[in-house]
Amino acid sequence: MNALREFLHMGGYAVYVWSAYALGLVVLVWNVWAPLRHERQLERSLAASRSGREP
Amino acid sequence: MLQRFHKYAAPMHFHRLALALSPWLFGISALLFATGLFGGLVLAPADYQQGDSFRIIYLHVPSAWMSMFVYMVMASAGAAGLIWKVKMGDIIARAAAPLGASFTFLALATGSLWGKPMWGAWWVWDARLTSELILLFLYLGYLALQSAIEDRRAAARAGAVLAIVGVVNIPIIHYSVEWWSTLHQGATITKFDTPSIATSMLIPLLLMALAFKSFFAATLLVRARCEILAFEQHTAWVREYLRAGRPS
Repeated sequence: MNALREFLHMGGYAVYVWSAYALGLVVLVWNVWAPLRHERQLERSLAASRSGREP
Repeated sequence: MLQRFHKYAAPMHFHRLALALSPWLFGISALLFATGLFGGLVLAPADYQQGDSFRIIYLHVPSAWMSMFVYMVMASAGAAGLIWKVKMGDIIARAAAPLGASFTFLALATGSLWGKPMWGAWWVWDARLTSELILLFLYLGYLALQSAIEDRRAAARAGAVLAIVGVVNIPIIHYSVEWWSTLHQGATITKFDTPSIATSMLIPLLLMALAFKSFFAATLLVRARCEILAFEQHTAWVREYLRAGRPS
């Protein structure tokens, strides 16, 4: 328990270290989520516009 | 070999390859992140000067390396599209830009979070920081061009010119800590010297660098798939792909 508290404390630099890693996590997760979502939407809209033209 | 290269230079084959490879690259990257973070945050000892604040290095340095590496990928792919009309060049350049901008932003932001406790300032207008900020503006300029120009080929061509001109900034970033007196510390790892860092600190840094690189490759492939579908939406193979779905 003490070891965990010490780890989270980061020798007094907790604010800087953990905000840096939180920011890193946000940037990386967004870069996985956004293009995958875009791909899904693009595939759906292209398929829809195609079936609209030739019923 | 050359024949195989030509094959994957065609968008249809590249799309199939990208579908098959990206899950593996995401897996490899996740493993590397897990081991690199454990090594860097838990196993590596605190720095004798900077204490635990130095652990920001494991995000800051890999993302700064990637910010320059991705720029070179973007500029050379753009050049291939511009000069030799390689369609995959246009596609890769456009797919790389948002990733490069993300890594540059991350390098600047984590640098700021490291600069505050070590230098006492979030930001200083020194050569390294300023040239990296210019890199971010180059990426943003490229992205603005892409969204401003409707025609994808024309946008890619205009972007390639911007990207190629901006390459001049890359050696400026790299050598800025040697050419000008700067607050930013010099390189810890160079090709020719033994690194000035303990092995237990170095190994996680290299793992994180590889993690970032495989992450870039994985997400670049996903973005390239989107670009390919948009570029090729009127071709027979895309129609067939949309009808039949992904090969399982």
